[in-house]
Amino acid sequence: MNMTRERPEVRALVEDLFRHHAAAMLAVLTRQFGLENIELAEEVVQDAMLQALRLWPFQGVPANPRGWLIQVARNKALDLTRRNTALQRRRKELERSSTAAEARYAQGPDTDDFGDERLAMIFACAHPALVPEARVALTLKAACGFSVTEIARAFLASEPTIAQRLVRAKKLIRERGVGLSLPDAKELPERLESVLQVIYLLFNEGHSASAGDALVRHELCGEAIWLAELLARRPETSRPKVFALLALMELQAARLPARLDESGDLVLLADQDRSKWDGRLIDRGLRHLDQSSAGDELTSYHLQAGIAAVHAVAVDHASTDWDRLLGLYDLLLAVEPSAIVALNRAVVVAMRDGAQAGLEALDAVASAGSLREYYLLPATRADLLRQLDRDEEAAACYETALALAANGPERRFLQARLHRCRRDRAAVLSSPFSSRD
Amino acid sequence: MPQFMLILHETPGDFAKLSPTEIQAIIERYGAWTMKVAAAGKLVGGHKLMENGGKVVAKAGDQLKLVDGPYSEAKEVVGGYFILRADDYDDVHQWIEGHPHLDFGRIEVREVDFMGQPES
Repeated sequence: MNMTRERPEVRALVEDLFRHHAAAMLAVLTRQFGLENIELAEEVVQDAMLQALRLWPFQGVPANPRGWLIQVARNKALDLTRRNTALQRRRKELERSSTAAEARYAQGPDTDDFGDERLAMIFACAHPALVPEARVALTLKAACGFSVTEIARAFLASEPTIAQRLVRAKKLIRERGVGLSLPDAKELPERLESVLQVIYLLFNEGHSASAGDALVRHELCGEAIWLAELLARRPETSRPKVFALLALMELQAARLPARLDESGDLVLLADQDRSKWDGRLIDRGLRHLDQSSAGDELTSYHLQAGIAAVHAVAVDHASTDWDRLLGLYDLLLAVEPSAIVALNRAVVVAMRDGAQAGLEALDAVASAGSLREYYLLPATRADLLRQLDRDEEAAACYETALALAANGPERRFLQARLHRCRRDRAAVLSSPFSSRD
Repeated sequence: MPQFMLILHETPGDFAKLSPTEIQAIIERYGAWTMKVAAAGKLVGGHKLMENGGKVVAKAGDQLKLVDGPYSEAKEVVGGYFILRADDYDDVHQWIEGHPHLDFGRIEVREVDFMGQPES
């Protein structure tokens, strides 16, 4: 018995191949089945991947895994159109298009995965008819290939909640007759804005340190960047503000490796080990920021990316270009007059002009009242008060912040600060030579 | 060197809800195992078996009786097999220990009986 020649080929798979290819196949099949039949397309795609799971361990990974998967999915889709009368009229189209698609894949495993269909899917998922949280969930499911379980884990939500959200979103898409095609030139700017918002929400969800699974959260950031890259590559959507958002996310993601210490505690920008920053991502971010300046549009993404770039190029915290940073914050405040931007601006004022000036800027923000529930306001105030040796007031502010902070790392961070503040204060009070108080 | 057949039993349906990422991770684990045994010169071959259309042949009196099955809907089916070269069962055991299939089903191991003849 000699089976040596039939030994399975062992080939490595590209990272995220299944996830991204599942999304590509879903986009192609949904285009053919119609968006109202997206669930049937999802079943077909899942079936094709399970087929690979059963076969490849024995036969090895085929030379063109994506081509193999799309072929299997196509056959299963044709099967389905034979059995499902509602889909019968789609069959001709499916048969016709299958040869073209397979020819595309036959060219090799590195050809672009169905850019048109995928782009249309991204636009459909971010449709303005859906509420923002449904847009994000649907994007992860249909454009990125996450499972319901994975989405639930990423959002610290229960699986039934996410499943419900998806069902409602799909129902709304059916009712509104949303199609799977690119918006026309007139509609495109507004629809693109909605897509960018979804991507930014996705990124922020991953970026905000939380008690959730750190790995999943990094994945969300990676996914947001991947989506923005897709848009940047396509002529229809490669607008300056897409590059600005891409740059912003890359520059912020570059700092992720330094944001938590070994015990999972938050490390402030000022205290981060900058050698841990991802230099490759910073380079890409700076290059994309360059590309974003092509037009005459100055968006919030441009300014936020500019701010992230100032931090990224500073050798250490002290040598940050505070003048430039303040200038960017002033512009950002004009484009996006939000209390959170004003809060961040106050921190920069404190760095440039001292804690007292920062405190005054901060009090102006606080008196507006909209950040009453936001823990970073009292936390920042406490930091500045500490610099001014007003430890008793600082301790009270840390306590207020603690009461508002939601997640583990943030709470631990504040507790440590409060502890240090109380200790210093106790030391001062017990010292017979204390000139303070 | 003696040869052993690894018969991989699995429960169909166990995989149905896996995400694309999970599917890829499992395929990669199987691939890593295959690479390891192949690199060590232990792997003779392996195949997946068709899920549908299996027959069970039996004699009923003078008649040969063909029955459909086992169905993929059955509680447990044979998904496929590998053939390994190994010194003995202990050796096979070493190679099987990290097999990813053990997370999903059981592996039956049987030595190929060459009846004392050298492997052709």
